[in-house]
Amino acid sequence: MGVMALPQVAPVEAPEIEEAPADDRPWVTVVWDDPVNLMSYVTWVFQKLFGYSRDKAEQLMLDVHHKGKAVVSIGARERMEMDANQLHGYGLWATVDRA
Amino acid sequence: MFRRNGTQCVATFAVDEVRVLRKVAGEVVGLLTDGMDHTDPVVSRLFPDIYPDRPEDSAEFRLYTEGELKTGKIDQAGAILAALPDEGEGEVRLDGEAAEAWLRAINDARLAMGTRLDITAETDLSEELEIAVVHDPGSSRVFQLSVYAYLGYLQESLLNALPEIE
Repeated sequence: MGVMALPQVAPVEAPEIEEAPADDRPWVTVVWDDPVNLMSYVTWVFQKLFGYSRDKAEQLMLDVHHKGKAVVSIGARERMEMDANQLHGYGLWATVDRA
Repeated sequence: MFRRNGTQCVATFAVDEVRVLRKVAGEVVGLLTDGMDHTDPVVSRLFPDIYPDRPEDSAEFRLYTEGELKTGKIDQAGAILAALPDEGEGEVRLDGEAAEAWLRAINDARLAMGTRLDITAETDLSEELEIAVVHDPGSSRVFQLSVYAYLGYLQESLLNALPEIE
């Protein structure tokens, strides 16, 4: 099996290749409405987990309740996966998606 | 129901309440310890797919995270069992950490029961209970609905008894 030899010297000029633009949209954690979780509990979880103020946590909870879902955090994919996983620990219904 | 006492959340439970709480916490532990069936709607609600439209990515993520998530849920249900009096009525005193475990565990129990009872956004719990009582006051549905409602009040009382965050 052949192995491609790596160039010993880095090219002086960057090759002018048209690259497809990388998708650099951030990722989001989405919390979905569910009929069981208490509104006061969901607010508490947002305060506890994200350190959001009571006002912000309550607004997010109301968004979840009235619109069916809300973006609760934005950032790198791994970070959002961690957030969603922690939300699952609290019993909230969370998913991860592109912003 | 819980009330605040200094830095603790305190509740005095009657014999029946202790029995019910032991039962529901034990059921959650049982559900999580006997090889979990992912086609069970309760299991899918407690362990939702992180990427609803990408089953393979969800499965891969699950592979790395589910064990720890499950252990956490078993531990929080265990916190209920650990704090309850061994038998009979009694007082339960929770510090901040234990109160959080109780909140999470009560929530898991409510999610499990709510899923089994087909609770939806339109469900009027007292109406549902009335219908079930008329149908058969001794039915398991009457019991399950009553426990579900009780756990909601208990969780709300514990939230109100918590010290304000920051």
